[in-house]
Amino acid sequence: MEPRRQQQEVVARAGAAFRSGRSRPLGFRLRQLRALERLVKEREAEIAAALHADLHKSECNAYSYEILGVLGEIALMVDKLPTWAAPQSVPKNIMTLTDEVYIHHEPLGVVLVIGAWNYPFVLIMQPLIGAIAAGNAVVIKPSEISANTAKLVAELIPQYLDKDLYPVINGGVTETTELLKERFDHIFYTGSSQVGKIVMEAAAKHLTPVTLELGGKSPCYIDKDCNLDIAARRVAWGKYLNCGQTCIAPDYILCDQSIQNKVVETIKKTLKEFHGEDIKKSPDYERIVNKHHFKRLVTLLEGQKIAYGGETDEATCFIAPTILTDVSPESKIMKEEIFGPLLPIVTVKSADEAIEFINQREKPLALYLFSNDKKLIKRMISETSSGGVTANDVIMHYTLLDLPFGGVGNSGMGNYHGRHSFETFSHRRSCLIKSLAMESVNKIRYPPNSQRKLDWAKFFFLKRFNKGRLGLIALALLGAILAAVIKVAYS
Amino acid sequence: MDTKGDIPGKAPTGSDTGKTDSKAAGMNPYVGLVSSLRSAWLTGKTRAAEHRVSQLEALGRFLDDKKQPILDAMASDMRKPPFEVEISEIILVKNEVNDALNNLSSWMKDEFVEKNLVTQLDTAFIRKEPYGVVLIIGPWNYPLQLILVPLVGAIAAGNCVIIKPSEISSSTEKLLAEMLPSYLDKDCFAVVTGGPAETTQLLENKFDYIFFTGSPQVGKIVMAAAAKHLTPLTLELGGKNPCYVADESDLQNVANRLVWGRCLNAGQTCVAPDYVLCSAETQEKLLPALRHAITQFFGPEPRESPDFARIISDKQFQRIQALLGSGRVAIGGQTDERERYIAPTVLADVQPSDPAMQEEIFGPVLPIVTVPNVDEAIAFINRRERPLAMYVFASDSKLVHRVLERTSSGGFGANDTIMQMTLISLPFGGIGNSGLGSYHSKFSFDTFSHHRACLLRSMGLETVNALRYPPYGERKKGLVLSTFGIKRKGTCTLL
Repeated sequence: MEPRRQQQEVVARAGAAFRSGRSRPLGFRLRQLRALERLVKEREAEIAAALHADLHKSECNAYSYEILGVLGEIALMVDKLPTWAAPQSVPKNIMTLTDEVYIHHEPLGVVLVIGAWNYPFVLIMQPLIGAIAAGNAVVIKPSEISANTAKLVAELIPQYLDKDLYPVINGGVTETTELLKERFDHIFYTGSSQVGKIVMEAAAKHLTPVTLELGGKSPCYIDKDCNLDIAARRVAWGKYLNCGQTCIAPDYILCDQSIQNKVVETIKKTLKEFHGEDIKKSPDYERIVNKHHFKRLVTLLEGQKIAYGGETDEATCFIAPTILTDVSPESKIMKEEIFGPLLPIVTVKSADEAIEFINQREKPLALYLFSNDKKLIKRMISETSSGGVTANDVIMHYTLLDLPFGGVGNSGMGNYHGRHSFETFSHRRSCLIKSLAMESVNKIRYPPNSQRKLDWAKFFFLKRFNKGRLGLIALALLGAILAAVIKVAYS
Repeated sequence: MDTKGDIPGKAPTGSDTGKTDSKAAGMNPYVGLVSSLRSAWLTGKTRAAEHRVSQLEALGRFLDDKKQPILDAMASDMRKPPFEVEISEIILVKNEVNDALNNLSSWMKDEFVEKNLVTQLDTAFIRKEPYGVVLIIGPWNYPLQLILVPLVGAIAAGNCVIIKPSEISSSTEKLLAEMLPSYLDKDCFAVVTGGPAETTQLLENKFDYIFFTGSPQVGKIVMAAAAKHLTPLTLELGGKNPCYVADESDLQNVANRLVWGRCLNAGQTCVAPDYVLCSAETQEKLLPALRHAITQFFGPEPRESPDFARIISDKQFQRIQALLGSGRVAIGGQTDERERYIAPTVLADVQPSDPAMQEEIFGPVLPIVTVPNVDEAIAFINRRERPLAMYVFASDSKLVHRVLERTSSGGFGANDTIMQMTLISLPFGGIGNSGLGSYHSKFSFDTFSHHRACLLRSMGLETVNALRYPPYGERKKGLVLSTFGIKRKGTCTLL
């Protein structure tokens, strides 16, 4: 069967499975989440092996940065889902005092999750967890670039989860373009801004809401007044993690000329601590995902002052952790998201200059700043914009599941993690349940109208009450008395 | 499109901030306006709480000062009865203004979140930040409320705003363009007028958020334009809002609430009950009750009632008139082209294939489609696009909940129509073809804010961090697993 028709059938089957209603009950969702948890725990070795094959990721890195995150998300979801999925009461006004008023969280329907290649397991699993928790059917499209993980996900998911509700579709650009022609009830995409536009354009044809987790150049400002040893160590960790292929890696450093050398020296020292003298031999250092990105990164080095590193080996897609100094803002490396282990340092004369520099560019996914000056930190946050911020460290805001993780402007729209995932994949349906009786109160809004009716109506509609002082019981009494009065006046 | 103009930059110094970029102006007439609003945005003045408060208070004063011109404009646009203008337009905006003023400081506060073991000594919070320059496009049916309520949210959230009222409600458009700007900070807020061509040109510019109320077709065009700039948006669209009426002994209250909802603004309401689903027996009992309600509300000759509006335009009038051939006219059916008057009308025995069932009616015409039972009604509803609102009239609470659980819609009302939209502690928005996103009260504030995750760490406790640094080796992995392994309750996570 031709691939397009196969895809359509898979999506249609997921839709039919959703409409059967079986993904909605809380018990079903919890069972699927626990099954997903079993998948991760039982098949951990295979997952780690796939990640190693795709990115030369060590077992420890695979566990810390992919598997642990997934398990944490599932545990939180299973714990909190009964609370989050329950009807949410809201404050009432006088007109609705005796009614049932609440927000009913409902699934959206069939959700499409498109993953990325850099953290190929967690970036598919975390959205999937939220989508399942919210009661949806989910079509899963892993990135083809991390081919081993894509293949493994396609093998494992049907072994643990409902086969019709959560199909995995693999394929490249052509297949994804075709898939995007189908109608989904939400599309969750992680990847580049260019492709993000294409995804949103495709979604617009069906009025499909989207969450786009994109990227950008996440700036890292290092103040003169800070503990440079610690700052440089934390930056080194975050920058070279996954060989720099992290959407929230500190992309480039902004600092004063006077501390540039110290920054370089400290990062150098740190890297030796992390990986020993010959980083190529370190089991904990990843590789560039493929030749295309390897070549892209090598061109970014052209014309740059290499203060440290710079070694490359095309055969193994190895690029050593590299630091570039006195980088020009106009150079190629400052025009695109690096997504590799190249760390440019751009010198600025002050925090104000750094703020201006940052604001002249697209809003990044993350902003980092190191300083002992709390006031400065406060000011820099207030005068810039970014998806998220970590001050005096990097990456870490990603790890707190209660913080919404997402971009702004070119770095994305929408967010997820924890409760934010649940909300992203849910529809909040407003419910007002009245009784068929008590018609007298309604009479003030029916024609024929009069000034007297208008005055009563305004009294009811205008929210001038300080409910705290009046107390709910007093308010109910007031409501009842008014209802009686109106009944007499208009019956 | 000149990309420099799209990228946020520091405001140029000197007096040039408002001047048009002469090269680009030839291409798009709104480049200068958007650029000057962006410059104002970059000065940061709309972010200050005092500025937001002053603008909201000014909006409140506009509503008070200009009440008569507003009444006149709405009368001119669609003969909206003064009672309706007060209740369904002015008061709803005032409510939102007061609500925002009462709650602004708490909405603006950073929202602190739970931390994990590793971040115990840190500060973690969600900061609500304005997006920047926002575009709000309004529809013609509630031309004041549906543009000013979003404006309240956008201002409260600290944005600069361009509002684009509908040209179809031309008197209200003129009022907003002429009278509103003098109340607001002209650097930060602007009113743009025009039709589809102008709106298309406006949409070519980059905005930081777009809020659109209107039809699904135009919604798609707006979203496609937003996609070019990765602009997030809210779309408040429409659809056919079904209304299931169960077999009840007394249908008069049902009929009252149905007629009120259907005839408000001569049916030109996005959350009006669009069509009724009920059994054939109920249809027969409902008709006299509906007739009674119509007469009670509008008298024997609704055309003479001051409480009944008119259709906004000839185009809409003709469109609705063409739907009258569906089923049989059981009540009403009279029309007058000169006045654009369509009588409160009920069509009985309408078939799913009839014209009245193919599009959102948006007029004072209520088709009744008979179905044998509630399960058939549910199936009927689920075969169609998801509507903005759904109504059920039943005294059996189990039945109400069955419909609720097995269908999907923006909002849901049992035993009344429209009212769920007036309680602003409920989010108002659609799903699927009826829209994406929601607003009202705090939901508006959150809609027009970027929720920025902030983690402020200390430079100390570096030893705890050491666990995350390479080299790993088996010993470290073991330590990580045992100390930070995931437990079901009271989760301990390093990451």
